[in-house]
Amino acid sequence: MKTISGKALKYGDNINTDIISPGAYLQLSIEKQAEHAMEGFDEDFITKVKFLDIMVVGENFGSGSSRETAPLVLKANNVKAIVAKSFARIFYRNAINIGLPVVELDTSFIDEGDELVVDVLTGKVENLTKVKEYQGVGIPSHVLKIIEDGGLKAYLKNIAKQ
Amino acid sequence: MEMTLAEKILARTSGKSFVKAGDIVFCKPDVTMIHDLLGPVIFADDFRELGGKIKYPERVVVIADHSAPPATVDQANVVKKTRDWAWENNVGEFYQFKGACHQLLVDGGHITPGNLVVGTDSHTCTAGALGSFGTGIGSTEMLGVLLTGEIWLRVPESILVNWVGKLPLGVMAKDAALETIGKVGHGGATYMAVEFGGSLISNLPLDERLVFANMAVEMGAKTGIIKPDKKVRDYLDSIGKNAGEYFISDDNATYREVLEFDATKLTPRLAAPHEVDNVFPVTDYERQVLDQCYIGSCTGGRLTDFASAAKILKGRKVSKKVRCLVVPASEKVWREASKLGYLDILAEAGCVISAPACGACGGFTNGVLGDGERCISSSNRNFIGRMGSKKAEVFLASPMTVAASAIAGMITDPRKFL
Repeated sequence: MKTISGKALKYGDNINTDIISPGAYLQLSIEKQAEHAMEGFDEDFITKVKFLDIMVVGENFGSGSSRETAPLVLKANNVKAIVAKSFARIFYRNAINIGLPVVELDTSFIDEGDELVVDVLTGKVENLTKVKEYQGVGIPSHVLKIIEDGGLKAYLKNIAKQ
Repeated sequence: MEMTLAEKILARTSGKSFVKAGDIVFCKPDVTMIHDLLGPVIFADDFRELGGKIKYPERVVVIADHSAPPATVDQANVVKKTRDWAWENNVGEFYQFKGACHQLLVDGGHITPGNLVVGTDSHTCTAGALGSFGTGIGSTEMLGVLLTGEIWLRVPESILVNWVGKLPLGVMAKDAALETIGKVGHGGATYMAVEFGGSLISNLPLDERLVFANMAVEMGAKTGIIKPDKKVRDYLDSIGKNAGEYFISDDNATYREVLEFDATKLTPRLAAPHEVDNVFPVTDYERQVLDQCYIGSCTGGRLTDFASAAKILKGRKVSKKVRCLVVPASEKVWREASKLGYLDILAEAGCVISAPACGACGGFTNGVLGDGERCISSSNRNFIGRMGSKKAEVFLASPMTVAASAIAGMITDPRKFL
């Protein structure tokens, strides 16, 4: 899997699933829901994310509901990867299952707009703006195959074929 | 080799004699719960494409509760798709409009001690009150469980939370659960199992224990779990469903942390907007004017909740400035609360009682909040936009505090009415 390049879009701790994917829109298509992503927290999110496409966040990202729409609406909004100090566990699994790369890293030293190169497998993050390199935690080895196949659905399809 | 209760369940369901925190294990869940919001409506097409065969259909329970009863055509279509899928695939049980999923699993005897329960809802950890390992998963993950009958899990470290002593008058399990979350923090137990113990827990009725397990996820926990005892056995006997394995943690099992709480000193608590760990004494927010009071959900809509709310509301009236909505967590809870006269007392006081379901908690059906409105609720989350408008405010508290606040039309300490 290739590395992911992009610019940092920065938020703090405890961004929950009701913020990322508000319940009021859950019956809409993912494309429609994506228009409302993060709106209760940052109304400019869907504009910013067009240019700042790697989310760099604090602790406990994606806490709350088990709704998979949370990583789905971020992916639909052009988010290429999420780097967080820590993830809520259901969000972390859902992101892997739908093929949205996630890396755990102390994000304190990254500023909004920094150009980053993320290696999802090794957890290494290069900050081109600050000319620094950070070592985070990449995808656990037992789920590597899911990410390589592009998500759990593709992985299950490949198993079914065998 | 010593193991915690959580470890013993993951060892059993992965076919191993011993597991320890940090191990990755492939487990076969005993119960697989799917609800309308995050179920077939999302994965039915992929399910068909992948062969359309459930590995263990008898273990699958499908429940229409979030969009129940439907308020819009879209919701009605979601329920229809859920029902059609459940019937086509001969799942173990299908419920529609009978109550909130976590309560129905308990009422229906689907959960017995020692089970591994996975569900498409983060509050699946509620099952832990019966000595089971319950955990929430996403819809695609559920697709994998349906097809393969298996799930990978990292064996969690456990935190032991001991609550000792008796709760003072006017203080409920909900207050103790909020106090725990306030201390541990919103993400303080992420990836971990939180085991609740101590004399308070063992003396509480089963329905109050469910509150602790239910809210474990609000600390980020993978599961909340309580040692199964005679109360669990008696309950399962009473519904003719006794089975399972009554595991308990070994004396020298490893805990990452042990936290001690004293119930005797606890006063009514609330979680202020917009985080569940934003916990304060109710008295800090007294006189905050309200628009809605909500007693319901898989957290705060059980028999003890209505008994306690009825104690406060008996012979009193809900303020004309607010509406007080009551939603029993299940049909069974409704029947029992009705038989014991609690629902009559609440209705006499001016509460509005609606169908057993998730209700206003998730902001989907009856009781959604408008812009700038303030609500006090016995449910589990107060996130921005959770119960409707992103410009609304939600305070979480015990059913007694909600009832007292309904009388005053503003946030009120329930001890004033006892």
